[in-house]
Amino acid sequence: MKGTGKMIPLMLRMLVKKPDTILYPAQKAHVEEHFRGALKFDQALCIGCKLCMRVCPSAAIEIERVSETEKVFQAYVRMDRCIFCGQCVDTCPKKALENTENFELASTDKESLRKAI
Amino acid sequence: MAKMMIPLGPQHPALEEPESFSLLLDGERIAAATVALGYNHRGMEKACESRTYIQDIYLLERICGICSHSHSSSYVQAVEAIAGIEIPKRAAYLRTLIGELERVHSHLLWLGIAGHEIGFQTLFMFVWRDRELVMDLLERLTGNRVNYGMNTIGGVRRDIDSTQTEEVLKALDILEARTSYYIKVCTEEQSIIGRLAGVGKLPREDALRLGAVGPVLRASGVRRDMRKDDPYDAYSELDFNVITDDHADVLGRTVVRVFEIMESYKICRQVVRNMPDGPIAVKVPAKIPTGEAFSRYEAPRGEDIHYVRSNGTDRPERVKVRAPTLANLASITNMIEGGYLADVPIVIAAIDPCFSCTDRMIRVQDSRSGREDRYDWAGLRQYSIDWYKKRGVDLSQTKAAWKD
Ligand code: SF4
Ligand code: SF4
Repeated sequence: MKGTGKMIPLMLRMLVKKPDTILYPAQKAHVEEHFRGALKFDQALCIGCKLCMRVCPSAAIEIERVSETEKVFQAYVRMDRCIFCGQCVDTCPKKALENTENFELASTDKESLRKAI
Repeated sequence: MAKMMIPLGPQHPALEEPESFSLLLDGERIAAATVALGYNHRGMEKACESRTYIQDIYLLERICGICSHSHSSSYVQAVEAIAGIEIPKRAAYLRTLIGELERVHSHLLWLGIAGHEIGFQTLFMFVWRDRELVMDLLERLTGNRVNYGMNTIGGVRRDIDSTQTEEVLKALDILEARTSYYIKVCTEEQSIIGRLAGVGKLPREDALRLGAVGPVLRASGVRRDMRKDDPYDAYSELDFNVITDDHADVLGRTVVRVFEIMESYKICRQVVRNMPDGPIAVKVPAKIPTGEAFSRYEAPRGEDIHYVRSNGTDRPERVKVRAPTLANLASITNMIEGGYLADVPIVIAAIDPCFSCTDRMIRVQDSRSGREDRYDWAGLRQYSIDWYKKRGVDLSQTKAAWKD
C-alpha cells in the first residue's frame, strides 16, 4: 500500500510562505519585456501607405489624413477589434508602429474603444 | 429497474465548454451514450477564405486557446508545402521549442483540471501555480501568454538571444523538479490511483478501430506520435521517447501525459543547446501558387490535421481543420458505456477535449420529414435575417462584418 496524503507536507509548508498570487489591481501586475500590448504610433514616421490597414487580420487599425496641405496622418485603433498580433508593426515599412507593454485597456464605454494612438 | 435517459450538458458537463451527452442509465451504470456537438460552431474555415494567408494565421491560431501554436504551425506547414518553401533551420528549431513549451503548459493544465474533476483541489492549485512558470516563459519568448503569434509563412517572427536561452534553461530546471514531484504524486498517491484506475477503459483494439489519437491512443499501448512517424520541424534531429502505457484507462492517460512533459523538457534542452545560427524566416510572396496540401502536427491532444487548397491568389480557396478532439470523440461513448455516472466528467475530461475547436458544420434536419438542408453563404445569411425578423428584429440592412 503506497498510502495517501502525499501532498500534505507541501501544503503545510505553504502555511509559512507568502502567497503566490498578487493583489491586482492594488498591486501592479508584471508583464514580460517585449510583451505585445497596446499600439503606439509615431506620426512623424508614417507615410500613409496604409499597408498596416491591409494586413490587419481584424480590421482594427485605420489611418486617416489629418491635414489638407501636408502629408500628416493619424492612426486610430479599435481596441474592441485589435487582437494585438503585431502584424501591422511587422509590416509597416517605416517602423511607425510599435507594441507597448500596456495591457490595461478595459473601458465601460464602447465608443471610447476607438482610440487615436 | 427501469432504464432512464438523462441529458448531460450542453452547459459545461466536464470542462468549461458546451457539448451535450445523452446517457441511458441502468441504475448507476451507463447502458448507452450519445454525443451531440454543434453548440460552438464559429465558421472559422469559411472565414479563412475571405482573409489573406497571413491573416489566417492569426485567425487559426485562435481555434484553440491552448494549442494555438499547433494550429498555426499545422496551417503554415500546409501553405509552405504548397508554395514549395523550406523554412530556415533556426526557424524549425524555434517552432519546436514553442511547440514543446506549449505541450508542457497544456499537459500541466490538464493535470490540474483532472485534479479538479476528481475533487483533488490541492493538486489543481499547485499544478496551476507551477504552470505559470511556463506561461511566463512563453510570454517572454513570444510576447504573449497564449496566442504566441510566433509563426509566419516562411519561418517565425521572433528570435531568441543568449540571455533568453539561459532563462529557458533555468526555468526548465525548476519545472523539471516540480514535475518530478507531480509524477511521484500521480503514481504513488493512493487516492488518485484508486479514483482513476479502471475508469474509462479503452482497450487497444477499440482505440485503433475508433481512430483515437494522442495521449488517449498512447495510453492504450499504441506507439503513435506524429513527431516520430511523420517528423516535421526539428524532430527528426532530436532524441526523445514516445511515452506509452498499458493501463488503457484514465490513470494511463494521466501517466502518459506527465511523462510526456518530462520528454518535452528533454527536447527543449536539446533545441536550445543545438540551435543553429542563421535567418529565422524566408520571404514568401503574398500570392500562393495553385495547389493543395495536407499537414499533420502532434498537438498536445493528438494529431492535428490541416488541409489547404490554393488558387493562385493571396487567399486560400479552402481550409479544413481536423482538431484532435474530433478523432477522440468517437471513443468517448465507448469509454463511458458500462461505467458509472459519477465517472463521466473525468472520463470526458481525460481525452482533454476541446469542443469548440472541433465544431465544424451545421446540419439542418427537419425532424418530421427527415429532410436535410444545406445552405450556401447567401442562403444562410437570409435564413438568419428571416429568423430574427420573425422575432421582431430587422437585420436586413446590416452590412456583413467582413467584405470580400
Ligand atoms: S504601414 Fe506604417 S507608414 Fe504605412 S500607413 Fe501604416 S503606420 Fe503609416
Ligand atoms: S496588432 Fe494586429 S489586430 Fe491590432 S491593429 Fe495591428 S494588425 Fe490589427
